[in-house]
Amino acid sequence: MVGVMVVVIVGAIFCALQSMRANRLLVSALWLAGTSALVALAIFVMGAPEVAVIELSVGAGLVTVLFVFAINVAGEEPIKLKPLVPRPLSIGLVALSILLLGWMGMPGLLSILQLNVTFSLPSAADFTRAFWEQRSLDVVAQIVLVFAGVLGVLGLLSDTETAGGSSEETQK
Amino acid sequence: MTFSAANVVAVGVLGLLGVGFYGLLATRNLIKVVVALQILVKSAILGLILAGYLRGQVVLGASLAITVIVADTIVAVIGLALAVQVRRKFGTLDLRSLSTLRR
Repeated sequence: MVGVMVVVIVGAIFCALQSMRANRLLVSALWLAGTSALVALAIFVMGAPEVAVIELSVGAGLVTVLFVFAINVAGEEPIKLKPLVPRPLSIGLVALSILLLGWMGMPGLLSILQLNVTFSLPSAADFTRAFWEQRSLDVVAQIVLVFAGVLGVLGLLSDTETAGGSSEETQK
Repeated sequence: MTFSAANVVAVGVLGLLGVGFYGLLATRNLIKVVVALQILVKSAILGLILAGYLRGQVVLGASLAITVIVADTIVAVIGLALAVQVRRKFGTLDLRSLSTLRR
Protein backbone atom coordinates (compact mmCIF):
# COMPACT_ATOMS: atom_id res chain seq x y z
CA MET A 1 0.00 0.00 0.00
CA VAL A 2 2.71 2.46 1.05
CA GLY A 3 4.95 1.20 -1.74
CA VAL A 4 2.30 1.85 -4.39
CA MET A 5 1.72 5.33 -2.98
CA VAL A 6 5.46 6.13 -2.96
CA VAL A 7 5.78 5.12 -6.63
CA VAL A 8 2.70 7.14 -7.65
CA ILE A 9 3.68 10.29 -5.73
CA VAL A 10 7.33 10.23 -6.84
CA GLY A 11 6.15 9.73 -10.43
CA ALA A 12 3.74 12.67 -10.17
CA ILE A 13 6.43 15.01 -8.81
CA PHE A 14 8.88 13.82 -11.50
CA CYS A 15 6.33 14.48 -14.27
CA ALA A 16 5.59 17.95 -12.85
CA LEU A 17 9.33 18.77 -12.75
CA GLN A 18 9.78 17.56 -16.32
CA SER A 19 6.83 19.67 -17.48
CA MET A 20 8.50 22.75 -15.98
CA ARG A 21 11.93 21.88 -17.42
CA ALA A 22 10.74 21.07 -20.96
CA ASN A 23 11.67 23.64 -23.58
CA ARG A 24 8.85 22.89 -25.98
CA LEU A 25 5.35 23.83 -24.87
CA LEU A 26 3.78 20.70 -26.36
CA VAL A 27 6.13 18.43 -24.38
CA SER A 28 5.30 20.44 -21.26
CA ALA A 29 1.56 19.91 -21.80
CA LEU A 30 2.07 16.15 -22.26
CA TRP A 31 4.09 15.87 -19.01
CA LEU A 32 1.27 17.80 -17.30
CA ALA A 33 -1.18 15.16 -18.54
CA GLY A 34 1.07 12.50 -16.99
CA THR A 35 1.07 14.37 -13.66
CA SER A 36 -2.72 14.56 -13.80
CA ALA A 37 -3.08 10.82 -14.47
CA LEU A 38 -0.78 9.92 -11.57
CA VAL A 39 -2.58 12.32 -9.19
CA ALA A 40 -5.87 10.68 -10.26
CA LEU A 41 -4.37 7.28 -9.44
CA ALA A 42 -3.34 8.51 -5.96
CA ILE A 43 -6.86 9.88 -5.38
CA PHE A 44 -8.35 6.54 -6.43
CA VAL A 45 -6.14 4.64 -4.01
CA MET A 46 -7.17 7.06 -1.23
CA GLY A 47 -10.81 6.05 -1.61
CA ALA A 48 -12.44 8.76 -3.73
CA PRO A 49 -13.06 7.08 -7.12
CA GLU A 50 -15.60 9.71 -8.25
CA VAL A 51 -13.01 12.48 -8.00
CA ALA A 52 -10.38 10.24 -9.64
CA VAL A 53 -12.61 9.67 -12.68
CA ILE A 54 -13.34 13.39 -13.05
CA GLU A 55 -9.69 14.32 -12.56
CA LEU A 56 -8.61 11.76 -15.17
CA SER A 57 -11.18 12.74 -17.79
CA VAL A 58 -11.01 16.49 -17.24
CA GLY A 59 -7.41 16.99 -16.07
CA ALA A 60 -5.68 14.52 -18.35
CA GLY A 61 -8.18 14.64 -21.22
CA LEU A 62 -10.01 17.92 -21.74
CA VAL A 63 -7.30 20.25 -20.42
CA THR A 64 -4.61 18.52 -22.53
CA VAL A 65 -6.75 18.88 -25.66
CA LEU A 66 -7.26 22.56 -24.81
CA PHE A 67 -3.50 23.05 -24.32
CA VAL A 68 -2.67 21.35 -27.64
CA PHE A 69 -5.30 23.48 -29.38
CA ALA A 70 -4.02 26.71 -27.81
CA ILE A 71 -0.37 25.89 -28.61
CA ASN A 72 -1.41 25.03 -32.17
CA VAL A 73 -3.15 28.40 -32.57
CA ALA A 74 -0.66 30.57 -30.65
CA GLY A 75 2.45 28.77 -31.91
CA GLU A 76 5.65 27.73 -30.13
CA GLU A 77 8.20 30.33 -29.12
CA PRO A 78 11.50 28.70 -30.12
CA ILE A 79 13.78 31.16 -28.29
CA LYS A 80 14.87 29.92 -24.86
CA LEU A 81 14.03 32.78 -22.51
CA LYS A 82 16.10 33.72 -19.49
CA PRO A 83 13.89 33.76 -16.37
CA LEU A 84 13.05 37.13 -14.82
CA VAL A 85 14.03 35.99 -11.31
CA PRO A 86 17.55 34.47 -11.15
CA ARG A 87 17.31 30.67 -11.03
CA PRO A 88 19.24 30.11 -7.73
CA LEU A 89 17.09 32.77 -6.03
CA SER A 90 13.83 31.17 -7.17
CA ILE A 91 15.02 27.68 -6.15
CA GLY A 92 16.08 29.05 -2.73
CA LEU A 93 12.77 30.85 -2.19
CA VAL A 94 10.75 27.77 -3.10
CA ALA A 95 12.88 25.51 -0.89
CA LEU A 96 12.51 27.96 2.01
CA SER A 97 8.73 28.19 1.65
CA ILE A 98 8.33 24.40 1.40
CA LEU A 99 10.60 23.86 4.40
CA LEU A 100 8.59 26.39 6.44
CA LEU A 101 5.32 24.73 5.39
CA GLY A 102 6.68 21.31 6.27
CA TRP A 103 7.94 22.58 9.62
CA MET A 104 4.54 24.09 10.41
CA GLY A 105 2.79 20.90 9.37
CA MET A 106 5.24 18.56 11.08
CA PRO A 107 3.16 18.00 14.29
CA GLY A 108 0.20 17.15 12.07
CA LEU A 109 2.30 14.87 9.87
CA LEU A 110 3.64 13.03 12.93
CA SER A 111 0.18 12.67 14.47
CA ILE A 112 -0.96 11.02 11.22
CA LEU A 113 1.44 8.20 12.10
CA GLN A 114 -0.33 7.58 15.39
CA LEU A 115 -3.80 7.64 13.83
CA ASN A 116 -3.12 4.38 11.98
CA VAL A 117 -6.08 4.83 9.65
CA THR A 118 -6.87 2.43 6.84
CA PHE A 119 -8.01 3.53 3.41
CA SER A 120 -11.66 2.63 2.93
CA LEU A 121 -14.12 3.28 0.14
CA PRO A 122 -17.28 5.18 1.13
CA SER A 123 -20.44 3.96 -0.54
CA ALA A 124 -21.77 5.74 -3.63
CA ALA A 125 -24.96 6.67 -1.75
CA ASP A 126 -22.91 8.61 0.83
CA PHE A 127 -21.21 10.59 -1.91
CA THR A 128 -24.51 11.32 -3.67
CA ARG A 129 -26.04 12.60 -0.45
CA ALA A 130 -23.01 14.74 0.43
CA PHE A 131 -22.67 16.19 -3.08
CA TRP A 132 -26.29 16.89 -4.06
CA GLU A 133 -27.88 17.59 -0.67
CA GLN A 134 -25.27 18.86 1.78
CA ARG A 135 -23.19 20.80 -0.76
CA SER A 136 -25.98 21.99 -3.04
CA LEU A 137 -24.59 25.53 -2.95
CA ASP A 138 -21.38 24.21 -4.53
CA VAL A 139 -23.38 22.68 -7.37
CA VAL A 140 -25.05 26.04 -8.03
CA ALA A 141 -21.64 27.74 -7.91
CA GLN A 142 -20.26 25.21 -10.42
CA ILE A 143 -23.13 25.85 -12.85
CA VAL A 144 -22.57 29.61 -12.55
CA LEU A 145 -18.82 29.10 -13.09
CA VAL A 146 -19.36 27.03 -16.23
CA PHE A 147 -21.67 29.67 -17.70
CA ALA A 148 -19.23 32.44 -16.72
CA GLY A 149 -16.40 30.53 -18.38
CA VAL A 150 -18.35 29.97 -21.60
CA LEU A 151 -19.35 33.64 -21.74
CA GLY A 152 -15.77 34.74 -20.99
CA VAL A 153 -14.29 32.58 -23.75
CA LEU A 154 -16.95 33.76 -26.22
CA GLY A 155 -16.20 37.36 -25.33
CA LEU A 156 -12.42 36.90 -25.53
CA LEU A 157 -12.40 35.02 -28.81
CA SER A 158 -15.09 36.93 -30.66
CA ASP A 159 -14.28 40.51 -29.68
CA THR A 160 -11.17 41.14 -31.77
CA GLU A 161 -12.49 39.10 -34.68
CA THR A 162 -15.54 41.34 -35.02
CA ALA A 163 -13.37 44.41 -34.38
CA GLY A 164 -10.89 43.28 -37.05
CA GLY A 165 -13.72 42.46 -39.44
CA SER A 166 -15.35 45.86 -38.95
CA SER A 167 -12.01 47.67 -39.43
CA GLU A 168 -11.42 45.73 -42.63
CA GLU A 169 -14.87 46.70 -43.79
CA THR A 170 -14.24 50.34 -43.00
CA GLN A 171 -10.92 50.22 -44.84
CA LYS A 172 -12.68 48.92 -47.91
CA MET B 1 9.83 5.24 12.31
CA THR B 2 7.65 3.91 9.53
CA PHE B 3 5.78 6.09 7.08
CA SER B 4 2.10 5.55 6.44
CA ALA B 5 0.53 6.19 3.03
CA ALA B 6 -1.00 9.43 4.34
CA ASN B 7 2.51 10.77 5.14
CA VAL B 8 3.62 9.95 1.60
CA VAL B 9 0.61 11.87 0.21
CA ALA B 10 1.39 14.84 2.47
CA VAL B 11 4.96 14.91 1.14
CA GLY B 12 3.51 14.72 -2.38
CA VAL B 13 1.26 17.73 -1.71
CA LEU B 14 4.29 19.75 -0.55
CA GLY B 15 6.39 18.59 -3.51
CA LEU B 16 3.78 19.50 -6.15
CA LEU B 17 3.30 22.86 -4.39
CA GLY B 18 7.05 23.51 -4.63
CA VAL B 19 7.22 22.59 -8.32
CA GLY B 20 4.23 24.85 -9.07
CA PHE B 21 5.74 27.81 -7.17
CA TYR B 22 9.05 27.32 -8.96
CA GLY B 23 7.25 27.24 -12.31
CA LEU B 24 5.45 30.50 -11.56
CA LEU B 25 8.76 32.15 -10.62
CA ALA B 26 10.93 30.78 -13.40
CA THR B 27 8.82 30.86 -16.55
CA ARG B 28 8.19 33.80 -18.86
CA ASN B 29 5.87 32.10 -21.31
CA LEU B 30 2.17 32.82 -20.82
CA ILE B 31 1.05 29.27 -21.67
CA LYS B 32 3.64 27.75 -19.33
CA VAL B 33 2.35 29.93 -16.50
CA VAL B 34 -1.04 28.22 -16.99
CA VAL B 35 0.76 24.83 -16.77
CA ALA B 36 2.32 25.91 -13.44
CA LEU B 37 -1.11 26.97 -12.15
CA GLN B 38 -2.49 23.55 -13.10
CA ILE B 39 0.25 21.83 -11.08
CA LEU B 40 -0.53 24.06 -8.06
CA VAL B 41 -4.23 23.15 -8.26
CA LYS B 42 -3.41 19.43 -8.50
CA SER B 43 -1.56 19.80 -5.20
CA ALA B 44 -4.62 21.54 -3.71
CA ILE B 45 -6.95 18.73 -4.87
CA LEU B 46 -4.67 16.10 -3.37
CA GLY B 47 -4.54 18.10 -0.12
CA LEU B 48 -8.34 18.35 0.07
CA ILE B 49 -8.75 14.59 -0.43
CA LEU B 50 -6.06 13.91 2.19
CA ALA B 51 -7.69 16.26 4.72
CA GLY B 52 -11.13 14.75 4.21
CA TYR B 53 -9.68 11.28 4.55
CA LEU B 54 -7.80 12.07 7.77
CA ARG B 55 -10.88 13.61 9.41
CA GLY B 56 -13.01 10.63 8.41
CA GLN B 57 -15.08 12.76 6.01
CA VAL B 58 -13.96 11.42 2.64
CA VAL B 59 -17.18 12.45 0.86
CA LEU B 60 -16.91 16.07 2.04
CA GLY B 61 -13.34 16.32 0.75
CA ALA B 62 -14.37 14.66 -2.50
CA SER B 63 -17.24 17.06 -3.18
CA LEU B 64 -15.01 20.06 -2.43
CA ALA B 65 -12.32 18.62 -4.72
CA ILE B 66 -14.85 18.35 -7.57
CA THR B 67 -15.73 22.03 -7.14
CA VAL B 68 -12.02 22.90 -7.27
CA ILE B 69 -11.57 20.81 -10.45
CA VAL B 70 -14.44 22.67 -12.17
CA ALA B 71 -13.07 26.08 -11.15
CA ASP B 72 -9.56 25.06 -12.23
CA THR B 73 -10.75 23.97 -15.67
CA ILE B 74 -12.55 27.29 -16.17
CA VAL B 75 -9.37 29.13 -15.15
CA ALA B 76 -7.33 27.10 -17.66
CA VAL B 77 -9.83 27.76 -20.46
CA ILE B 78 -9.94 31.52 -19.81
CA GLY B 79 -6.13 31.69 -19.43
CA LEU B 80 -5.51 29.88 -22.70
CA ALA B 81 -8.06 32.02 -24.57
CA LEU B 82 -6.31 35.08 -23.13
CA ALA B 83 -2.91 33.73 -24.28
CA VAL B 84 -4.22 33.15 -27.81
CA GLN B 85 -5.61 36.68 -27.97
CA VAL B 86 -2.39 38.19 -26.56
CA ARG B 87 -0.39 36.32 -29.19
CA ARG B 88 -2.69 37.60 -31.95
CA LYS B 89 -2.60 41.19 -30.73
CA PHE B 90 1.02 41.58 -29.59
CA GLY B 91 2.74 38.81 -31.54
CA THR B 92 4.51 37.37 -28.48
CA LEU B 93 3.85 35.22 -25.41
CA ASP B 94 6.82 36.62 -23.44
CA LEU B 95 5.65 38.20 -20.18
CA ARG B 96 8.65 40.58 -20.12
CA SER B 97 7.87 42.19 -23.44
CA LEU B 98 4.17 42.42 -22.58
CA SER B 99 4.96 44.49 -19.50
CA THR B 100 4.72 48.26 -19.91
CA LEU B 101 6.75 48.98 -16.76
CA ARG B 102 10.35 49.11 -18.01
CA ARG B 103 13.22 48.60 -15.62
